[in-house]
Amino acid sequence: MKRLSRLRRHRAAGPVLLIFALFTIGTTFQVASAVNAETTLVADRSAAIEEGKQLFLKGCSSCHGLNAEGAEIAPSLIGVGAASVDFQVGTGRMPMADMSQQAMRKEPVYTPEQVYALAMYVASLAPGPEIPTDEKLNYERDGSVAEGGELFRTNCAMCHNFAGQGGALTKGKYAPTVMGVEPKHIYEAMITGPQSMPVFSDKTITPEEKLSMIKWIKSVEAEPQLGGAALGRVGPVTEGLLVWTLGIGLLIGCAVWLATKAR
Amino acid sequence: MSNEIELIKDPGLPAHVHRRADTDPKAALRAERQVAILFGLSALGTLILITSYIFIKDDVFIFIPIMGDTNLHQLGIGMGMAIALFCIGAGLIHWAKTLMPDEEVIAQRHEFRSDDEDREEFVKTVKAGASVAGLGRRPLIKRTLGAALGLSALTPVLLLRDLGPLPGDDLKKTNWKKGTRLVTDPGDRPIRPEDLEVGAVAQTLPEFPAGKVRHLDDVAKDAVLLIRLRPEEFNLDAERLSWTHEGIIAFSKICSHMGCAVALYEQQTKHLLCPCHQSTFDVTRAAKVIFGPAARPLPQLNITVDEEGYLVAAAPFNEAVGPSFWGRLT
Amino acid sequence: MTARERIAGNVAGYVDDRTGAAKWMKKNLTKVFPDHWSFLLGEIALYSFVILLLSGTFLTFWFDPSMKEVVYNGSYEPLQGIKMSAAYASTLDISFEVRGGLLMRQIHHWAALIFMVGIVVHLMRVFFTGAFRKPREFNWIIGVGLLTLGIVEGFLGYSLPDDLLSGTGIRIAEAIIQALPIVGSYLSYFAFGGAFPGELFISRIYTVHILLLPGIFLALITVHLMLVWYQKHTQFPGPGRTENNVVGYPLMPVYMAKAGGFFFIVFGVTAFLGAVASINPVWLYGPYTPGQVSAGSQPDWYMGWLDGLVRMAPPLETYLFGYTVSWNILIPGLILPGIMFTGLALYPFIESWATGDKREHHLLDRPRNAPNRTAIGAMALTFTLVALINGGNDLIATTFDLTINQMMWFSRIAIIVLPPIAFVVTKRLCLSLQRADRDLVLHGRETGRLVRMPNGEFIEVHEPISAEKAWLLTSHEQLAPLELPEHDGAGVRRPGALKNKLRNRISRATAVAVPKATETERRELEGHH
Repeated sequence: MKRLSRLRRHRAAGPVLLIFALFTIGTTFQVASAVNAETTLVADRSAAIEEGKQLFLKGCSSCHGLNAEGAEIAPSLIGVGAASVDFQVGTGRMPMADMSQQAMRKEPVYTPEQVYALAMYVASLAPGPEIPTDEKLNYERDGSVAEGGELFRTNCAMCHNFAGQGGALTKGKYAPTVMGVEPKHIYEAMITGPQSMPVFSDKTITPEEKLSMIKWIKSVEAEPQLGGAALGRVGPVTEGLLVWTLGIGLLIGCAVWLATKAR
Repeated sequence: MSNEIELIKDPGLPAHVHRRADTDPKAALRAERQVAILFGLSALGTLILITSYIFIKDDVFIFIPIMGDTNLHQLGIGMGMAIALFCIGAGLIHWAKTLMPDEEVIAQRHEFRSDDEDREEFVKTVKAGASVAGLGRRPLIKRTLGAALGLSALTPVLLLRDLGPLPGDDLKKTNWKKGTRLVTDPGDRPIRPEDLEVGAVAQTLPEFPAGKVRHLDDVAKDAVLLIRLRPEEFNLDAERLSWTHEGIIAFSKICSHMGCAVALYEQQTKHLLCPCHQSTFDVTRAAKVIFGPAARPLPQLNITVDEEGYLVAAAPFNEAVGPSFWGRLT
Repeated sequence: MTARERIAGNVAGYVDDRTGAAKWMKKNLTKVFPDHWSFLLGEIALYSFVILLLSGTFLTFWFDPSMKEVVYNGSYEPLQGIKMSAAYASTLDISFEVRGGLLMRQIHHWAALIFMVGIVVHLMRVFFTGAFRKPREFNWIIGVGLLTLGIVEGFLGYSLPDDLLSGTGIRIAEAIIQALPIVGSYLSYFAFGGAFPGELFISRIYTVHILLLPGIFLALITVHLMLVWYQKHTQFPGPGRTENNVVGYPLMPVYMAKAGGFFFIVFGVTAFLGAVASINPVWLYGPYTPGQVSAGSQPDWYMGWLDGLVRMAPPLETYLFGYTVSWNILIPGLILPGIMFTGLALYPFIESWATGDKREHHLLDRPRNAPNRTAIGAMALTFTLVALINGGNDLIATTFDLTINQMMWFSRIAIIVLPPIAFVVTKRLCLSLQRADRDLVLHGRETGRLVRMPNGEFIEVHEPISAEKAWLLTSHEQLAPLELPEHDGAGVRRPGALKNKLRNRISRATAVAVPKATETERRELEGHH
């Protein structure tokens, strides 16, 4: 029998063929989709803008106006850029649940694809800050933790607290915690200045500096509690509460035990 | 029947109630064992402390409910010490409560007051001593002693003079002069108006010439906050408006109340909030105080651009920055 | 005599030959101390002081109080390469390079907080039971001094690491100094060795914190304890207890074991807190620079009320011939605290003036039996509590969805309105409790058992209380109000008439009480039952 025929009849032929097929299909698909990504993105963009427009008319225009020109209760979105939309809708702040002091971060209503569509639509209205790419967000590689800490303390801690836990603003507004926020959203917040937050321009805080800040934020987030329970990382208030409850409670409890007659 | 109102009487110390360990030798043994166990636990605590100190590295973390990821080295030496100490105390107290005598003892209080005879003796002794010393009869001694002691009291005050320099007009001067460039803090990069979008803020300091070192003393007076608004959003008089540049306005970042850094800018309301005591300043009205304990607006810095297009101070501050002081306006 | 006894005897004899110690040791080892848990609160403060000395000494072996700028090169990565003062860097080293260093830092700081809590609860116990009355006025004044110095010592202590949070606190303290009329800027430049923050302040407060103030504390605490020792501790009223005796347990062995044991308890609880709860994580705050600040910056709790007063102060500043007077700083920062502490220190004398009671007291008051004093105490506590809450108004606002503006206005109004309300409510509560006591004595304890009488009436069975309890509820004194004359024998108005009239008024208010039950009344009622 010919060698190939013998191999074809080998016990392991089936599994080997299967693995080969899977490998081939997998890599082919990867390559193809990568290639297609570029072109589909371009093709997707116009489809996204159209989808975004439909989503916008349905879910946003009642407050922001049919052409995103804004109204009494909502600002104009012309020129806010894709980054603003990606931040606001991607963190669930928009659509706003109740017309209170400020938009709260919550479970996003739209899927990531829909968020993208909305962002593309709003970006198409006028130029504005763009969504940072993954390449641009490589904070592990491009950021410096220590420098990020210095920048955070100078520019952010007065609103967001020394450990990014958040803080009070006037009339019920607040700077939310920056813990548990995607790096992309942190970056977008800095360049778009959502609601009460000011804008941190790329010339005054360079993109590399912004990445350092994100790297520091992530390092604080991941930092385990070094001295024991962190008590919220808000400073002396919770420490004082603990002494006045657990601390003196334990001590008075022991004092009462000490002075009670034994049975 | 008498009209005297009779008060309830003191029945005296109640009868002593014996503890179990007083009457039952088995209970006493049990109490002894309990005390011993407590002291033993304390020893165990010290062993935990020693073991954790020597053998557990300080980068080991374990998960504890409620507390989350906890540093095991820290927890080991801390809890070891806590158990060691607490159980000695608990053992001593339990020993005292169960085995040491607990019959109440009565002691009498005594009057503190010395008896009249002693008091008279005291007064006589003091008077005699004073008259023998002769201060009354020798006014020259009294006066010169007073002068000597009084003058010598000035010496420690004098010796403390060099604790610090006299302030002079130091509190009224900063490093901002006409033409000083605003640079980013940190980074020391000069800024152009185009670098700031509307709604942007920048933390700035005055540019220091190469070689001159910036100290924290300088930062404490020089820190300036730049904010960009739309020019039509300002509500300023003509002079203050001329101190802005293309909608960019500069304020001293040092709170006029008690000196904290004021940089919480609320973009939508155009208010600046100081986190220390919640003084709120309205940027559109030259940082006028609209809430909180601050009594004065933040000093505004007159800014313009130089020939190269960078933002510079057009003049020094027209008033002292930071908290108030007695001679601030003189 | 065993060998051990013989050796001990020889040693004791050796010492006694040279000091005569046996006589006073014999007397003091049998000294009697009354036993109540509330008498241990001062000990919490005392033992915390010892713990502070021990843990503090440990820290001084590594801490460098210099403000010289260094570049951090230790193991905490997020601060690598950052410029900071040597003080801050050495604090980081204690936390991360010294084994047990972070634990001792935390024990030291928790002990400081517990020290102040101990002082305050001890003060409340002494106040509400009237233990400050003659002959203990000096001790009360020493106690108020310890409270004030404790606040300063704690503030200086947590400022030593020169971190962002405590540096902000020092900036605020400097503003208070600077605001003093005429001398403010001079005092500030002397204290800081020049402009703020300077390079000398941390090392100067280090000297105050580890030498001057601990020395003063040791002296004051020693006098405080010696007075308690010599004057003998007060005791709660009860069967067998009089103004002329002390009922309790002897120093040796019971009190030594219990009090000594309690030291280890306090130390153990403090160590427990140091082990499981993070406090003052300076590595997260960052080094101090005047250009930075954190949201939610507060001082430690015992200064929170000061911060609260400063926050709610109206923005008052006056200009006198061109000179600036900052009432918005002076009133909450100096004048109000000055009035509060002076009033606190003088209270024993104010009360004895108001009641005319100049006798010695060794039996404590049950708070309900001194309604005026208890109400004044509640009023002062309410005032301080509103100020304390306002000190954390931004954290409270974000936690409970309020606004800092609401909190501020609430505090400004509440601090004036709530204390008088607290006074009235507390006084009424005390009088109600007195009434309840009276009922208990006269009618006995309500058992909750209902009995139907032959004639159909339902009554609740009352159980008479024990003789000991009856004594406890009626042994207190009820002073009659003063009746100082305003006119002399001929009807002419006396020179001190207004003062006497005021005193009469006040003592009448102080003497408001529910008359205590008497044996006579009890017997009368027995007939009815």
